[in-house]
Amino acid sequence: MIDKHPILGDRLVGEKLTITFDGKELEVEAGQTVAAALLNAGYSQFRYTAKEHKKRGIFCGIGRCTDCMMIIDGKPNTRSCITRVHDGMRVETQDGVGKWEE
Amino acid sequence: MKRYDLVIIGAGPAGLAASIEAAKRGAKVLIVDENDLPGGQLFKQIHKFFGSHEHGAGVRGFRLAAQFVEEAKALGVEFMLSAKAWGSFTEGRITVTRDNQTTVVVGKRVLVASGANENAFAFENWNMTGVMTAGAVQTFINIHRVLPAKRVLMLGSGNVGLIVSYQLMQAGAEIAGIVEAAPKIGGYFVHAAKLRRFGVPFYMQHTIVRAEGEDDRLQRVVLAAVDERFKPIDGTEFSVEADAVCLAVGMTPSVEFARTLGCKLNFVGTLGGAIPVHDHNMRTSNPLVYIAGDVSGIEEASTAIEEGRIAGCAIAGDLGLIGREEADAEVAAGWHRLEQIRMGYHGLRIRNAKEELMKQLEVAR
Repeated sequence: MIDKHPILGDRLVGEKLTITFDGKELEVEAGQTVAAALLNAGYSQFRYTAKEHKKRGIFCGIGRCTDCMMIIDGKPNTRSCITRVHDGMRVETQDGVGKWEE
Repeated sequence: MKRYDLVIIGAGPAGLAASIEAAKRGAKVLIVDENDLPGGQLFKQIHKFFGSHEHGAGVRGFRLAAQFVEEAKALGVEFMLSAKAWGSFTEGRITVTRDNQTTVVVGKRVLVASGANENAFAFENWNMTGVMTAGAVQTFINIHRVLPAKRVLMLGSGNVGLIVSYQLMQAGAEIAGIVEAAPKIGGYFVHAAKLRRFGVPFYMQHTIVRAEGEDDRLQRVVLAAVDERFKPIDGTEFSVEADAVCLAVGMTPSVEFARTLGCKLNFVGTLGGAIPVHDHNMRTSNPLVYIAGDVSGIEEASTAIEEGRIAGCAIAGDLGLIGREEADAEVAAGWHRLEQIRMGYHGLRIRNAKEELMKQLEVAR
């Protein structure tokens, strides 16, 4: 995290929450988006493309391009860059167009 | 079904400025925005704005956003956030979905201030992870306070490319260089000079030909010199280490919702793409629909604010909340302020393109 900044000053630290990413527990902060929390933890690849099975991650970062889609709390095609974390959130790498839970 | 005098799509600088002007004159205003916070892209703009005092010069974008939101709320402007406006089946009725619930809001007038999308740029392996837009990086460093990369190569030397490069340095990243196909730097001298003082290399008349790395992850970027027609010259390739490429290669107006409302479009290259045809009141070919900001042509936050003010005053006049003469005078004052921002060679091109677009309105109607 960028804790100190010459213009923006000190970062406001959010309450600690726990989410899971592909089954692994991850400590994150309230107010973070899923994409920001994963990038901060060192993960930058969020899904596999349907045709060529290539890894993709952040492209536009503001919910326009849908490159960062993941399965979040069982819901596929969720834009990780504009979805905020909550305690106990389940985040999974999406394969292709993803599957809805039965 | 809630009814308003004015429904605004987009809570960025244009939408906020319009809401304030309309609400000040007695309009009941709703702003719908897809994000969970109002302010649009202003919150990631941590640099000081240019222009004169009345354009907010010297104020940093994120402070301006906070002021606007506060002022709009104090005037009773309502916000519907995390909400997607996606349809209009009857004139003035906007279909909005929020938390999987769809509702209809009704506006006597609608202002579309939907902004723009950043452009992509294709080179071999451009879709590797690590290749992202300059705006994405700016969002992560300035809003989320996360560095998405350590060493960044910037493509494009316009103001966005220059400003985001400097902001990346402020956030603790290293700039591997700035790549520009043209022979001259596109942005303002003052922004370029800040980077040059730190020794950031500018690869002028160069382009990116290929991204390289393992596991779909960017590690190196291959550059080449270009000829006068921007074609890579054989034998000039070399590689630069970087874990991210930032694309700062322009934007395209987001006209989808305006089109949904039946606004006629016209392609204007200078303004960034297809633009809803409009008049000096920012009114489109659909007489109930107005536009403001980047959707009416790619410019800056300062011009988006002025266009929003013009639209807000014009709508107040159109609704009969103020007299026609007063509205016309406010609109004329707004155009005067816009002309003060649209200066120099680039400003003149924008002004000419806008005038041409406005002539098309009679044809469209």
